[in-house]
Amino acid sequence: MADAGMSRFHVPEPEVRPGGTPDFSNVTIPKAGSVPRPEIDVDPRDIRDLAFSIIRVLNRAGEAVGPWAGLLSDDELLEGLRHMMTLRTFDARMQMAQRQGKTSFYMQHLGEEAVSCAFRKALAPGDMNFPTYRQAGLLIADGYPMVTMMNQIYSNEADPLKGRQLPIMYSSKEHGFFSISGNLATQYIQAVGWAMASAISNDSKIAAAWIGDGSTAESDFHSALVFASTYKAPVVLNVVNNQWAISTFQGIARGGAGTFAARGLGFGIPSLRADGNDYLAVHAVAKWAAERARRNLGPTLVEYVTYRVGAHSSSDDPSAYRPKAESDAWPLGDPIVRLKNHLIRRGVWSDERHTQAEAEILETVIAAQREAERHGTLHAGGKPSARDMFEGVYAEMPPHLRRQRQQAGV
Amino acid sequence: MPRRTMIEAIRDAMDVSMGRDDKVVVFGEDVGFFGGVFRCTQGLQSKYGKSRCFDAPINESGIVGSAIGMAAYGLKPCVEIQFADYMYPAYDQLTQEAARLRYRSNGDFTCPIVVRMPTGGGIFGGQTHSQSPEALFTHVSGLKTVVPSNPHDAKGLLIAAIEDPDPVIFLEPKRLYNGPFDGHHDRPVTPWSKHELGEVADGHYTVPLGKAAIRRAGSAITVLAYGTMVYVAQAAVEETGIDAEIIDLRTLLPLDLDTIVASVKKTGRCVIVHEATLTSGFGAELSALVQENCFYHLEAPVARVAGWDTPYPHAQEWDYFPGPARVGRALLETMGA
Repeated sequence: MADAGMSRFHVPEPEVRPGGTPDFSNVTIPKAGSVPRPEIDVDPRDIRDLAFSIIRVLNRAGEAVGPWAGLLSDDELLEGLRHMMTLRTFDARMQMAQRQGKTSFYMQHLGEEAVSCAFRKALAPGDMNFPTYRQAGLLIADGYPMVTMMNQIYSNEADPLKGRQLPIMYSSKEHGFFSISGNLATQYIQAVGWAMASAISNDSKIAAAWIGDGSTAESDFHSALVFASTYKAPVVLNVVNNQWAISTFQGIARGGAGTFAARGLGFGIPSLRADGNDYLAVHAVAKWAAERARRNLGPTLVEYVTYRVGAHSSSDDPSAYRPKAESDAWPLGDPIVRLKNHLIRRGVWSDERHTQAEAEILETVIAAQREAERHGTLHAGGKPSARDMFEGVYAEMPPHLRRQRQQAGV
Repeated sequence: MPRRTMIEAIRDAMDVSMGRDDKVVVFGEDVGFFGGVFRCTQGLQSKYGKSRCFDAPINESGIVGSAIGMAAYGLKPCVEIQFADYMYPAYDQLTQEAARLRYRSNGDFTCPIVVRMPTGGGIFGGQTHSQSPEALFTHVSGLKTVVPSNPHDAKGLLIAAIEDPDPVIFLEPKRLYNGPFDGHHDRPVTPWSKHELGEVADGHYTVPLGKAAIRRAGSAITVLAYGTMVYVAQAAVEETGIDAEIIDLRTLLPLDLDTIVASVKKTGRCVIVHEATLTSGFGAELSALVQENCFYHLEAPVARVAGWDTPYPHAQEWDYFPGPARVGRALLETMGA
């Protein structure tokens, strides 16, 4: 035991900084298929260990193994692969568009494509996601038009949000995608409220809340867990642990011990961890949690263990705070490569078809981009009108805003 | 017509609204079974059930945040923050979320919520049971801010707020819950049953948001007030004998500028009264608007009587509270007497 005396201040540090050799030896990765699949009405107290393990389906050989496998057909998996590839291509093109000055800002999903793409397929029509800025896969996988996403990113004349929002802060009620806010974690408790409303209305719709590892430190994370637990709200509480909050490693939000999933246990919420780079595992766990919510069994917390391969945003340079090759060392690999290998193993895909699909997807994304750019980009072409700036603050424009619009001369 | 206290009128407004629209839900700390620490929700849970009126965890951000989610679903939550002094943990949700949801989603999602909060001092509430944070809401585009001063208005304004498609901050001066109060703390308080504005009609009616009321017509000077200060101003006017026009703003945003400007143009003088601290208080906005719109009609500087720029003290309650004597002095000074 340490001596009593003056206290020492503790600030967690990541294992490695720029210039160092990436090291994930401290990350324990259970074997694929090794984590049991409980019944959905399980007593939360009986599955506490699932908050400290990682549910995985795809093994190193690309086989789907264990009790969480077998939910998806070949066609569904091929569709999932296409969604992830589309999101990655979309990201690359929009990142480039930002560098070309066609928009002010962009945020990529590189390495995290499986999380939002697979989750979307576990929901039913009418369910509502309360996403962060890094779940555009929910839109891609639900068939939201890429052109509309680009119009928003370009803040052009066809922007559905009339140029009022920062790029990527999409909104689509129709596609179960709640309006994104810049304020972190606020949507987490709102998702719980939406789920409470569904229950109050005796509806069968469920909500999905989204948060990153860093934002779990916000007080609204706590608010959401309290309310979800108290009212047994039909909500899936997703935590995407990509190891990084801008430059801050996840240990600053989490401390040295436990997991983000373990946070749910103190609230009596069944809490699981899933391999976020395993499309099949994400989908299976999401389905399990969604089913629990729909059967009135209450909330579930799911931590997706993944890695933020790209920069935090187009304004960020990760080489200033982490080793350049760290993502290559990440033990859970790349979600697209892993699903691709699985599909080849299943005999329904090949390297040739993959290369061909990449070319097709690129062509589709470029065609969408051309169409969007016909409506303008941030600094060129069609723009939302300055009059739009004054609309929609209230349902009806109050007198003081009418006066200001007049002063603005628009 | 039945007479009701402000508490009964507020409860009646929620009762009427819940009865008319099953999308209206009421919740907050101690709001359900117990009926609220000020009894404003008494009986609603037993009448409408626990899914329509329920107790919430002690978490203001959670109360407002979950209400926003409910509104996005399609309900019309009318939630309570136990004291306006405790709204700060919910300020992020109110200002960045509720206020902007319609704007940022271009109407894809809207936020028809009402957030009720007992406000104001004069009750020996000390620092955290007396605050008047209205300026922190009027500064936020997308919010509407309402402060009733009597039972009749409280019911009509609250029903209008619940039916309004935008988020409304509904500040209830708790000093007025049981009767009007003119700042004469040494005199017995008269109950609402003895006041004409304690007459509250049964059933559904509304008082429109954004419309002021002239409480006393006059020609010598205009007094702009709201909440408890309406009665303080009335006392000051009676005691000074000045023929003042007293305007009860009722809604601070959107503001009934037309009524204000017409009155000041007629009187040529203006005194603004509020309990909240002076600096950057709502009075500053009122003063600027009067100056901009009535400059050539003004015969004296616009005066403001407000709480001092200090936290709300306990023992010094009546040195802090802007009572009729201070308001009276401002009236006389502005009249040039």
